[in-house]
Amino acid sequence: MTGYVKEQSPPFRRDEELEQSGVVSRPEMPRIRRARVNMIRWGLCALLILLWQISSDHNWIDPFYWSSPRMIAKTIWIQATQGTLWDDVAYTSGSTLLGFVFGTVIGSWIGLLFWWSRTTAEVSEPYLIVLNALPKLALAPVLVILFGIGFSFKVVLAFLMTVVASTLSAFSGVRSVDPAMETLLYSLGASRAQVFSKVVIPWSMPFMISNLRANIALALSGAIVGEFVVSNKGIGRMILYAGTLFDLNLMWVGVVVLSILAVLMYWGVMLLERWLSRRLMIIPPQRTDAPPKPLRPRRPSAGGAAAKPVFPPRPPYPPYPPRL
Amino acid sequence: MADAAKITVTGVTKVYRRDELEVTALQNVDFSIREGQFVSIIGPSGCGKTTLFNIIAGLTLPTSGQVVVDGRSILGQAGYVGYMLQNDLLLPWRTVLNNIILGLEIHRVPREQSVRQAMPLIERYGLKGFDQHYPSELSGGMRQRAALLRTLLYNRDILLLDEPFGALDAQTRLDMQMWLMTLWQDFSKTVLFITHDIDEAIFLSDEVFVFSAPPGRIKARIPIDLSRPRTPEQMATPEFSAIKRQLLGLLVTAGHSGSLSPTDAGCEAQARGEVRDDWVR
Repeated sequence: MTGYVKEQSPPFRRDEELEQSGVVSRPEMPRIRRARVNMIRWGLCALLILLWQISSDHNWIDPFYWSSPRMIAKTIWIQATQGTLWDDVAYTSGSTLLGFVFGTVIGSWIGLLFWWSRTTAEVSEPYLIVLNALPKLALAPVLVILFGIGFSFKVVLAFLMTVVASTLSAFSGVRSVDPAMETLLYSLGASRAQVFSKVVIPWSMPFMISNLRANIALALSGAIVGEFVVSNKGIGRMILYAGTLFDLNLMWVGVVVLSILAVLMYWGVMLLERWLSRRLMIIPPQRTDAPPKPLRPRRPSAGGAAAKPVFPPRPPYPPYPPRL
Repeated sequence: MADAAKITVTGVTKVYRRDELEVTALQNVDFSIREGQFVSIIGPSGCGKTTLFNIIAGLTLPTSGQVVVDGRSILGQAGYVGYMLQNDLLLPWRTVLNNIILGLEIHRVPREQSVRQAMPLIERYGLKGFDQHYPSELSGGMRQRAALLRTLLYNRDILLLDEPFGALDAQTRLDMQMWLMTLWQDFSKTVLFITHDIDEAIFLSDEVFVFSAPPGRIKARIPIDLSRPRTPEQMATPEFSAIKRQLLGLLVTAGHSGSLSPTDAGCEAQARGEVRDDWVR
């Protein structure tokens, strides 16, 4: 029983938290204010780029180390039209996404399945925590021997980065399931499998979903680290290669492309989160019409006009004899 | 037949063991209830009322004793009675309709069929137009209604209601009591009802069982002979007051043993469903 600290966090995030997490947009946020925020954001971005360009043009910063937006854009153009930029982008995002999907799905399932055996869960927990804290890069040598230096090695690294975190967050969801809700299902004659599918999984869903955004970032670092270790393709390799050649301009290209990639993936995951939340009905959809006033119970009229409802046939009784 | 015992509880004793300490939650509880009777159970908190319900619902095994429904033992058999736990426990990710048909869904009744059965109940018993709403959008009374309809649609002859109206305000409570009476009259279920409210117990019941302070035993059974259908005005009659006085007297002596016993913690944990190692394998 010890070590089984009950988590207090509610499984269903309150509206304010949802707004802050960006899963749902605040409906009453004035459009004007949002437009202003967006304008300032883009303006700031443009200003920084402009400042960077001007400083490097006037040699306030050394263009050899810090490059300049114009040079970066030019190199990107060359790399995209004549070089291997698209191949590199596809390589890196491919290994990231594959690692992310496998890591999240497999990790979440492992965490969920811990519900079936509290003993297994409690035995595994310290190991999981150690695995989670362990820098996965330390495993690189053995992984290279096992999986070679190709694509699968990066996928495995991205997978390892995400799988333990997913397990832990699914498990924290499982652990917080309201025991009374399980009791309710059992009292309706449910099997353990039904309790699992009808209560444990939906209850843990918000925990798993909230982990997605952290996971995509982890998967990307896993893929890049893998390319740093050994690779002949990918953005990570490009950055490393540029560094060894003292071609810092090319390195900046890698960083910029990587930032764009990270932002795109983050957006994608955010859309996925939003879609999952709506689809799984974790957040009740916003209603435009005000909820009607609570109704009073209708009593059958004295005249006997209201017919007594015909009672539905009962569901079958659970199997007998008892399982004692 | 109406006179045959619907449910018979004989010699049910429940002893919890915790840290070498044995706590008797229930001691030799015996009773039987006829079909269609409405029986309330009152008693000091921690006297094993919820434990008794868990035993009848097949969620906990008694240390000794027997529970017989329609001539068959239902010990350890979950799903033979409709059980409404202390909280409404509607699943927040399901609409009201989907919550109400949960019991049928578990028994793999096709969805269209369950919906066809549920909709008339929803419309007749005060949730009309709310079937597609989520529990968080309902008031406390309506949530209780939905929880009760879920228990009702599960369609067992016996309903165990554990303080269903405990969390409601007085006005809603009266509405809900009238509503429960209507339901009970329409469906002629056998009802066991736990409450802390003496007025509620008298108002609703055919018979009131008074439990003693821990260890829980049935201390008295008081038949309520008020005429039916009951009206709120009956609460002001001398007969009502006489019964109330009698029950109050019994409760005061029942609660006399005073300070909180370890059973309280056990019962509370049981109510929250945390003590379950003995039935989950």
